[in-house]
Amino acid sequence: MTNPSQDKTPLLEVDELAVDYGLKGVSSRAIDCVSFALRAGEAVGLVGESGSGKTTTAMAIAGLLSPNARVSSGEVRYRGNRLPIDDDAAMRPHRWSETSVVFQGAMNALNPVHRILKQIAEPCMLKLRMSRSEATARARELLELVGIPADRGAAYPHELSGGMRQRVMIAMALACRPSIVIGDEPTTALDVITQAQILKLLGELRSQLNLALILITHDLSVVAEACDRVMIMYSGRIVEDGTVAEIFAQPKHPYTRLLIESIPNPASGKKMIRPIPGDPPNLVNRPSGCAFHPRCPSAMAVCATEVPSLDKFGQGHVACHLHRFSQKDRVAAHA
Amino acid sequence: MPDTADILRLESLQVHFPIQGGLFDRVLGRPAGAVRAVDGINLNIGRGEIVALVGESGSGKTTVGRLITKLAQPTGGKMLFEGRDMTSVQGLSALRPYRHRVQMIFQDAYQALNPRHTVFDIVAEPLRSLRLVDNATQLADRVSEALASAGLNPPGDFFARFPHELSGGQRQRVVIAGALAVKPQLIVADEPVSMLDVSIRAQILQVLVELRKKHNMALLFITHDLPVAWLIADRIAVLYLGKLVEIGSADEITFNPRHPYTVALRNATPQIGANAGRAELPALQGEVPSAARVPKGCRFHPRCPVALDRCRQEEPPAIEVGPKHLAACWLADERPCST
Repeated sequence: MTNPSQDKTPLLEVDELAVDYGLKGVSSRAIDCVSFALRAGEAVGLVGESGSGKTTTAMAIAGLLSPNARVSSGEVRYRGNRLPIDDDAAMRPHRWSETSVVFQGAMNALNPVHRILKQIAEPCMLKLRMSRSEATARARELLELVGIPADRGAAYPHELSGGMRQRVMIAMALACRPSIVIGDEPTTALDVITQAQILKLLGELRSQLNLALILITHDLSVVAEACDRVMIMYSGRIVEDGTVAEIFAQPKHPYTRLLIESIPNPASGKKMIRPIPGDPPNLVNRPSGCAFHPRCPSAMAVCATEVPSLDKFGQGHVACHLHRFSQKDRVAAHA
Repeated sequence: MPDTADILRLESLQVHFPIQGGLFDRVLGRPAGAVRAVDGINLNIGRGEIVALVGESGSGKTTVGRLITKLAQPTGGKMLFEGRDMTSVQGLSALRPYRHRVQMIFQDAYQALNPRHTVFDIVAEPLRSLRLVDNATQLADRVSEALASAGLNPPGDFFARFPHELSGGQRQRVVIAGALAVKPQLIVADEPVSMLDVSIRAQILQVLVELRKKHNMALLFITHDLPVAWLIADRIAVLYLGKLVEIGSADEITFNPRHPYTVALRNATPQIGANAGRAELPALQGEVPSAARVPKGCRFHPRCPVALDRCRQEEPPAIEVGPKHLAACWLADERPCST
């Protein structure tokens, strides 16, 4: 699934973004120094564990941050223009028509008392100013696009299976012809066979409509199948990014390497369980320096004090002191 | 003679939940249907053996786990534990010795733990209710031992904590410690790692494998994840719509699956690295049918890419396709081994 766009100017740029959450009067940083660019038609995987900030990053891009969130620095640009992501009203014209989101729990995201055709037609009427009949025609078209016979539009969400509901979510996300679709764990709640069907559909829609895709997941193997590029997040920061081929063949950050090793892979033939010790940090007890250092097997003295910057390395980037120092410096850092 | 090599034997075990027809159906004399959640399962688990039960949602894998732990009552077939017939044993006191030997680990550690109980009370509860300890010192010793076996060290630090003070991985360890405390011979683990972060999953799998090493504990590991099953289990049983379609060693099922459903499951599982030769069968269409309307003949035939006429008429028996490798497919002995 490779569909690199000819267009070299980035569709979306995220620049040094930092978001804080206010909790009981205490402000804690959810994401920090998040920077990346997305080209049209590109599929990027955003991988991290719970609390790593992957959903916060995505919600910031889509302008869907919760009321207690504050953008404390940085900005998001769409086709070169700054998005008012911290202004709910000003963000309204941008939502769904530029960037849309496919949420995880389709059963919770769909309205149980409306037929699915009506739910898909609604954004067309509200955002594209279509008449009811135009919107209904558009909704039928969208249903066919995601592989549901248009006549099933009369069904209520509870009459559909999990995979079908997720297809409806995708149809809704496509309603206003966005150029970026964010999938927030779109296949996590689904069975493997249904997951394969949904990933295939997303891949087809991507090449058909030249969609850029941001796939948020904790499952590296899903990214390996569906994305061109991958960004690994840990405790609110991007620790490594690169092409899928590069990251899986030669992970540079120790966290990425351990994460890949901890996934059972029958193709490797090695029945080894290699856990990463410790627990992922949460927002309030983030370790000093590199947040991964308490769990890192190659941690040095400097890792506990200094936050490593995300530096260019090969075709991607990595934020790790191991790769910032030459061998001589590393000896000095140990001392 | 009861076979004592196996700790647990399921013989044609089934659960049919009756469907109450409406008044209209009853007036017309239509027969009431049944949800065939578990539809005749034969499965043995040896002492100290790890068997993975793999299936999609709706396949009945959780119901099998509930039958084994006596949280549900079978409507047919037999269940033997250490050679004794446990099929119709019911009631709290009659089941007490059984519960001492068979324990369950639930998927959602957030819901399985009482938020108002301390870790000590949670782990001590089965010991108290099964009356396995005589005094407080013994109780504390057993709780410490269980917490340490589940990887919560030092155990004393966790005694007074409440579930909300623990991380997701620690919570799942407390659930495991609660099951371990009574020193069971068989643990049924229902998706014990699917709610956990990737980096924590391997930790929990390691705890489970250690238990088998140390205490020769048998484990029925229920999962939807074929690679995880391959990693942890000795044997894998694949369940589709209430029936086992294939069973064999973990390597056989993973590298030499003979039932089209197992092949489809394997092909649908995303993998890191080379995917060469994955597209030998087209991707499956549709979803698992309802257990209230099990298709005639082979229950997999409406979705099977290689179904024959015979598959629509007759249900295939489980036939031996390799050493200790059974598959219920009319084509299993004809189709060459797929790699």
